[in-house]
Amino acid sequence: MKKLIGILLLAIGSPAVLFASYSAMASEGGVRLDTAPINQADVISLQSGARTFANYCLNCHSASLMRWNRLTELGLNESQIKDNLMFSGDKVGELMNVAMIRKDAQKWFGAAPPDLSVIARARGADWLYSYLRGFYRDPARPTGWNNAVFENVGMPNPMWQLQGERVRVEHAAKGEGAKGGEGGHGGAAKSVSYEMVRPGTLTPVQYDETVRDLVNFLVYLGEPAATSRKQIGIIVLLFLLALWPLVYALKREFWKDVH
Amino acid sequence: MAAAEKPPVSGTGSVALDGLLTWVDQRFPLISTWKAHLAEYYAPKNFNFWYYFGGLAMLVLAIQIVTGIFLTMNYKPDANLAFASVEYIMREVPGGWIIRYMHSTGASAFFICVYLHMFRALLYGSHRAPRELIWIFGVLIYLLLMGEAFFGYLLPWGQMSYWGAQVIINLFSAIPLIGPDLSLWIRGDYVISDATLNRFFALHVIALPLVLLGLVMAHLLALHEVGSNNPDGIEIKKHKDANGIPLDGIPFHPYYTVKDILGVVVFLIVFVIIVFFAPEMGGYFLEYNNFVPADPLQTPAHIAPVWYFTPYYSILRAVPPLFNSQFPGVVAMGVSVMILFVLPWLDRGAVKSIRYRGMHFKVALTAFVIVFLILGYLGTEPITVWGQFGSWLGNADRATVVSRICTVIYFLFFILMPWYTKVDKTKPEPERVTH
Repeated sequence: MKKLIGILLLAIGSPAVLFASYSAMASEGGVRLDTAPINQADVISLQSGARTFANYCLNCHSASLMRWNRLTELGLNESQIKDNLMFSGDKVGELMNVAMIRKDAQKWFGAAPPDLSVIARARGADWLYSYLRGFYRDPARPTGWNNAVFENVGMPNPMWQLQGERVRVEHAAKGEGAKGGEGGHGGAAKSVSYEMVRPGTLTPVQYDETVRDLVNFLVYLGEPAATSRKQIGIIVLLFLLALWPLVYALKREFWKDVH
Repeated sequence: MAAAEKPPVSGTGSVALDGLLTWVDQRFPLISTWKAHLAEYYAPKNFNFWYYFGGLAMLVLAIQIVTGIFLTMNYKPDANLAFASVEYIMREVPGGWIIRYMHSTGASAFFICVYLHMFRALLYGSHRAPRELIWIFGVLIYLLLMGEAFFGYLLPWGQMSYWGAQVIINLFSAIPLIGPDLSLWIRGDYVISDATLNRFFALHVIALPLVLLGLVMAHLLALHEVGSNNPDGIEIKKHKDANGIPLDGIPFHPYYTVKDILGVVVFLIVFVIIVFFAPEMGGYFLEYNNFVPADPLQTPAHIAPVWYFTPYYSILRAVPPLFNSQFPGVVAMGVSVMILFVLPWLDRGAVKSIRYRGMHFKVALTAFVIVFLILGYLGTEPITVWGQFGSWLGNADRATVVSRICTVIYFLFFILMPWYTKVDKTKPEPERVTH
């Protein structure tokens, strides 16, 4: 029995240790990220996110590893996808490509907008949620926009009409003691806030919800099979858990004459 | 005719099956192989938890080969297509994501099993005479596995694939005189490119697996020649009954086959939890940056190899450069692995198993494990992870100082082994195995 407990402890313990060490490195670059309150089971949120994605992202970014008609998984039928999300005359079985030519994009923005198919897997939901809510007006930048999470980003705020225009306000240092010890981004002594100078069509709460839905969709886009993966996983796990007592009994039966 | 001298096969319960097996056995060493390696291979009856991992490593090898075959059916070893073809497998190939996650999780599972399997050898002295050759085949398997993992990691053609390979290949260019030409020869180009991807694909899917399978065969044949060690580190062949069967031995089949099935089910429970619920394993099994396509013009801020290489990566980083050359670090890293080959001859203990060793060995082994884990952790992090010491230590990075201390302890474990195993106060071994 002692051995069995040891095996089970190892089985449970090894993933737990890895996760614990992961959570320590979740934030990077010194900026505190907001937790994205997303829910992959919320189909309404995913549909709303898909609409925002098609309206605001897909003009410059592609999602060329994803087919339009896979969005039927989100409870939409093919004509709904075609009528409400697709603006070009593409067929519904095609990939989410973009008309903009990469070379032009490079000229206009300094860097070609990356493909967004797996962006949520590279950046993580919290980063995207904070980034998309982090734009502010900065006259020093060629586009007139800067971002609190991604400094000097090439992309101007794509949803500025929704969010409104904010400016960055730096306040005098509170305590001189803070020396910004470890993080590369200094400025820890200054406290920074953002002020709305021209409100958008959405209230800040509504805008947060819009971004939440968009990020929810981006996470889905990153791995469309994730939901069914977990469902299948539970069945496989239940099968193995049911098998375990049987093989344990088999082993005991064979081993009862070994002393 | 020699065939007639063999007795016919009987006892399957079916006349037709008996006949078929007899026909085969007269033309192929079917029954004798079955007996030599399973039904009449006598293994010590006191195997414990640590003895599951050899068999589990073989299971993972089988998983990797089978899933690998299916992956190659849709993967494209082309710098322009590779990244998208992996996502094609994840999205459009029916069941593709299961196959891919099994393969990516299997890579890490392979190293977990192999590390625990090697640790078992250290615990019970399984590397000692007369099993030195088994150990050497094992270290060769381990080296090959590292190569296999390295070549395979380039194939998804993400940022970490690309820059990880860049770092490793650059190590070869640190070798004096031949270095630059050698790394050029490995890459097949001046930078990592389509040519590199193609050759890594060839090495990953056929060259190394072929050698790996041969070495696993040799590892097992050598094992079955001398017989398995056990947690007491004593030879069960010393006490045999009238039929020449070890008194403390039991036939591998059915005893250890049914026991290993139990281990397989427990292993699969853990494996399935990772494959279905945490395939990225918090960025350790699949690194987040590898979901960004390889970009030769953009070096990531932090390049870290996958976790199973990180102890050696830490050793590489810990050694300071000499005359502006990283070569000493490369040598240290190479030696840290190669030194395993001579382990059977470094160990001069009067007993094999940790159960009867003295404090010296126990302390040394514990220190080695702790140091290996610290080096492994530090290898996944930037050297600034723990900040700097104050000016009294020249503002040195804490992580660098710690990894230097750990590197020294790592090597001392081997260098001092002939001494501390010899002077160790050992306990007497039992005559017969204990549980």
